[in-house]
Amino acid sequence: MSKRDVSLTVNGTAYTVSVYPMERLLDVLRAKIGLTGTKEGCGEGECGSCSVLMNGELVNSCLVPVLQAEGATLCTIEGLAGENGLHPVQQAFLKCGGAQCGICTPGMVMATVHLLNNNPKPTLEQIREGLGGNLCRCTGYTRIFDAVAAAAGTRR
Amino acid sequence: MRSRPSEYELVAPGKLSTVLDLLAKEPGVWMPIAGGTELMVQYGAGRLPARKLVSLWGLPELRGIESTAHEVLIGAGCTYTDLRKDPVVAREFPLLVQAASWTGSIANQNRGTLGGNIVNASPAADSLPALMVYEAELLLTSARGTRRIPYVEFHTGYKQTKLAVDEIISAIALQPRFSGYHGYSRKVGTRNAQAIAKLCLAGLGKISGAQIDDVRLAIGSMAVTPVRLRRTEEVLLAQPYSAVLMSEARQALESEVAPIDDIRSSALYRLHVAGNLLQEFVEGLFA
Repeated sequence: MSKRDVSLTVNGTAYTVSVYPMERLLDVLRAKIGLTGTKEGCGEGECGSCSVLMNGELVNSCLVPVLQAEGATLCTIEGLAGENGLHPVQQAFLKCGGAQCGICTPGMVMATVHLLNNNPKPTLEQIREGLGGNLCRCTGYTRIFDAVAAAAGTRR
Repeated sequence: MRSRPSEYELVAPGKLSTVLDLLAKEPGVWMPIAGGTELMVQYGAGRLPARKLVSLWGLPELRGIESTAHEVLIGAGCTYTDLRKDPVVAREFPLLVQAASWTGSIANQNRGTLGGNIVNASPAADSLPALMVYEAELLLTSARGTRRIPYVEFHTGYKQTKLAVDEIISAIALQPRFSGYHGYSRKVGTRNAQAIAKLCLAGLGKISGAQIDDVRLAIGSMAVTPVRLRRTEEVLLAQPYSAVLMSEARQALESEVAPIDDIRSSALYRLHVAGNLLQEFVEGLFA
């Protein structure tokens, strides 16, 4: 099989990459575009470490063949911080200690951004559902959920 | 062992007619791929037998939800998120929406499609019992045209279906005629998100006077395919609630399924819990 050019926009920058169409979006982001903030955990859509936003929707980038991202607008963990510093969700994770080893953190943050984009004031139940596809083996989740609530301004 | 991307071909014609022509021209050669939540897992593990894939993702012909006078047509490329967001589906088919919310995670619901889930034919898929109790029909489309079959006839064995090699599911047709029914669905598993069900039951029923006027039941993750529980329905039909009735209904259920033993659960556990869910459904019906 031969490579072909695929164009996509990542964190506001347009890229055209020469790829095999079945390459995983995760690998293209990390190896071709050099954005290694997106992590690989399970590689089978169970853990959410590789979560990114594709046209505003949360997806597991390990399960997206890059050809299906052609023309898409993507946002990764590197695209969140702005000129004025970290994104409010990142700040909340820092403040609440919502991270330990850090491997799940980029995915947790992306899932949180997606949740709050769709539902700015989620209940705890909705937070648990929104992050249900993101596994953390260190924290026990409580501080992560605290961080989401803090970012939403609903933390008690 | 991971797959080598260089050994696979993937094309995205962007038009349904072109996809169908490709499937007709080289039948059995091209594997359709929609949101990839199943096939990309196989691919990642080096277990995807197909080497040539054709993308259905984002085809506008497959993505709409349309209401006509007597049915709702759900495009097979609709994602679980699409189903959860649609007001007509939420109003008329709440069991389907409930099952959609239990499927995978938000990220998987954003990519996994109802058509893909049906074709994948996992006996444990959360939404398939709901489709059975709503008596869904499938529109199977190829370059030869479109045919319609009752969904309950689609699965012929473990991961075996009536889909021809040049066909795809283009839509799922549902009749909105269950508004007066009591609905029940329950997934039994280690957790709702991500975990695959040990058992899932969907039920619809209606009481008239003191007895069951109409009832439909279907069960997933029990046998090699999802199963409509017709014998159990027959036992319950036109009966008032009693302990004897429940015992007969449990026996009927046990007689009409061939439960599986697998890594998620045992046949014995499945039969026992299925009886409990049946009990919970019938009690709710009479409550």
